[in-house]
Amino acid sequence: MSELIDPAVAERVLAAALANGGRFAEVFAERRQGFSLSIDESRIESVQSGAEEGAGVRVVDGATTYFAHVDGLDPDDLVRAAGEAAAALRSERAEPRPLQAVATVPEPIERRPEDVDAERKAELLRELDRRGRDKGTEIAQLTASYAEVRREVAVANSEGLLCGDDRTRVRIGAQAVARREGAVETGAETLGGHRGFELLEDDPGQVAERAAAKALTLLDAGPAPSGSMPVVVGGGFGGVLFHEMTGHGLEADHVQKQASVYVGKLGERVAEPLLSAYDDGRLPGEWGTDAIDDEGTPTRKTRVIEDGRLTAYLYDRLCAERDGVASTGNGRRESFRHLPIPRMTNTYIAPGDATPEAMIAEVEKGFYAVSFAGGQVDPATGDFVFGVSEGYLIEGGRVTRPCRGATLIGNCLEALAAIDAVGSDFEMKTGFCGKGGQKVPVGTGQGHVRVRAMTVGGTER
Amino acid sequence: MRVHGGEVESFTAATQSGVGVRAWIGGRVGYAYGTDLSEPGVEAIARRAAEAARVAGEDEFAAPPRPAEAEALPGLTDASVEAWSAAQVAELALGVERAALEADARVVGVEQAVYADSTERVAVASSAGVAGEYETSTCFAYLQALAEGEGARETGLGFGLARGPDGLDPAAIGAEGAARAASMVGAVKPASRACPAVLDSTVAASFAAMIGGALSAAAVQRGRSPFAGRLGEALAAEALVLHDDGRDPEGSASAPFDAEGVPRRRTALIEGGRLLAHLYDTYTANREGGESTGSASRHGYRSLPTVSTSNLVVAPGSQSLDALLGEAGEGVYVTDVAGLHSGVNPVTGVFSVGASGRAIRGGELAEPVREFTVAGDLISLLGSVRAAGSEARWVPFGGSVSTPPLLIGEIAVSGS
Repeated sequence: MSELIDPAVAERVLAAALANGGRFAEVFAERRQGFSLSIDESRIESVQSGAEEGAGVRVVDGATTYFAHVDGLDPDDLVRAAGEAAAALRSERAEPRPLQAVATVPEPIERRPEDVDAERKAELLRELDRRGRDKGTEIAQLTASYAEVRREVAVANSEGLLCGDDRTRVRIGAQAVARREGAVETGAETLGGHRGFELLEDDPGQVAERAAAKALTLLDAGPAPSGSMPVVVGGGFGGVLFHEMTGHGLEADHVQKQASVYVGKLGERVAEPLLSAYDDGRLPGEWGTDAIDDEGTPTRKTRVIEDGRLTAYLYDRLCAERDGVASTGNGRRESFRHLPIPRMTNTYIAPGDATPEAMIAEVEKGFYAVSFAGGQVDPATGDFVFGVSEGYLIEGGRVTRPCRGATLIGNCLEALAAIDAVGSDFEMKTGFCGKGGQKVPVGTGQGHVRVRAMTVGGTER
Repeated sequence: MRVHGGEVESFTAATQSGVGVRAWIGGRVGYAYGTDLSEPGVEAIARRAAEAARVAGEDEFAAPPRPAEAEALPGLTDASVEAWSAAQVAELALGVERAALEADARVVGVEQAVYADSTERVAVASSAGVAGEYETSTCFAYLQALAEGEGARETGLGFGLARGPDGLDPAAIGAEGAARAASMVGAVKPASRACPAVLDSTVAASFAAMIGGALSAAAVQRGRSPFAGRLGEALAAEALVLHDDGRDPEGSASAPFDAEGVPRRRTALIEGGRLLAHLYDTYTANREGGESTGSASRHGYRSLPTVSTSNLVVAPGSQSLDALLGEAGEGVYVTDVAGLHSGVNPVTGVFSVGASGRAIRGGELAEPVREFTVAGDLISLLGSVRAAGSEARWVPFGGSVSTPPLLIGEIAVSGS
């Protein structure tokens, strides 16, 4: 980190940022290197590499944040950016404190992906291509991708903090298209982590096989049912349900703007006592893990729901200051070109004691949502929607047939309160979460959960 | 500029610049980009592009675009972007928020009001002789208004877009957000059924953008589009006329040339109910021995060109919104959809998305409805468009789309 921004330069930048006033200033420097490629029609393509560096400077005065960012880390450019951020300010000036470096421990990376030959990555994708296509002649298309990114970041602020992090993430994905006469179906699967190339040591070809298997299963799918019914949600990526219907509403910026259905609910019962949930930015090697957030606050494990009661909101620095509490280490940003805002890291429902089989056996007529294509919520109203990528009908306590084109829709408070079983199986999955025009890597997880009643939107009449 | 509660929440001023290099070694293509614009920096990027090309597979259709004369396209910039001070821009954003709060007593707050503008300078040059440069400016403002009533909270989006802040009407943007939020107060879940629907311009634009995406030759050629193999077929209703127009001065995606230097143009996609064309960049055109439609796009210098729509234009019809509602009789007026990125399968065209709006009873707007889905598939949707409204609007969701409201004969609604 010290090579990213020299402490003496950082002090100059912070002094320039506070030259016209303001109570807090910060410089966030970043170097990002990425490499990615994909395979399509069994041919390696879209081979690309990127290298960017730059810094963002913010000054806070009263309730207002002034922000400027610049490409490159040339000291004069950084001071100039600080001047731009400060340009509109005319107020009382705070004296920046001398910087004191705080040591952080980045996630350990065993095998640096940039040290692995590009041809090895191409070979990996060729293997995914073969393994996916070998699942059956009905696999008409297979695409797979590999991406690595390394983000070195440094944060220095006027309260004297100076720290950094070195983050490496690797992710692969596969998408299969299966075709039988007129029917076309798709299946997708991903694997990722805040890890190096070691992530892919353990048979990554399975990712393509699972994508292909999903698409093949759906070839036998009928239309999804419509109406309100019990829904069993699968483990792993099923956690996106909790991410959308609860996680976003706990982000303190939404709460402070009265734009969350969880306003005033701290300490209250929001779920059955069988449910506890966490946001944990320190889960080793997970996709949403970092040593520090993008304001230099160490990440941590925050219990957001304890035995059905709401226990915490997720804070960045400014929101925490407003509520007179400590930041929970959730101030994240997509890059140096963005301001930090409260974001989830790895969010999950803690394992319960039910088994998926028992949960399904108790359902007379319902829906089994194994995996989602994604979801969306309006935190202010609590209305959410999820696209189901793999779903089945439950009839007479048994999973009977696959369904295509289902969407789950509902309201956060009602659906959270309606979770009546949490499974002991547990898995974390990777995702990208969008908010305020910024995309950050997040982990979602859970075992199977059952929602007493939720609206399934399909086309079956 | 983000404002909240009568105060500026954040103000960002920034410039960024970068370069992306595409290298061909025979039919192998590599790409690299970076922010270091010094001579050694750009050379390093070019070297990395060549290294990347060596990893790629040989593709006989991959070739650099040939140079072509692009006609100048005036009107892409507006001097007010540069002329307005930060204080004026703050006043505009605060005006948006104020307008919403004053418009309706049920509006209790504004989650945020945002103004943003940008001036972009783009240059493309290649060893094959392509050379061109242009400048565009765009700006937009939007807000998310919060209304309260009957024990629930509702949100409503208002937005406007223009080439510069002179072209924005803060009062109208605020009033739109207020009206959308307030009109949802007391919303109920509609009954599950198949019924006629009127899609307002924002919703029609979201669906049009999905259809436009599926008309990319890149998706079609690889069998990943519901439109694959359907060129020339009468698959849409006569009421739906769809063009891609990369030179409409009002469209925010307009430019003299596309992301690889090929002139932008107007392409008829659906007319007389027939699917007339797909959209091509140089590579996909080479695969069919045809010509690029100037449809290469990029997300800035960080990405390889991909095939996508420029400005998608749904032709207006002759009927007012009231007439469309009257013709619908009993159904839903859909004013918002959610979950499009996960609820629409671009390969199969099957969709099921969250929706909200108003019930239509006796041909008129009735109670607000929410928490339901509309489902179907994109091709059936095209076939069931019964009429296009007379008033089109530019919508920035999923690209740049101009569309009037559309009357759909039948759509599956799933509610209670």
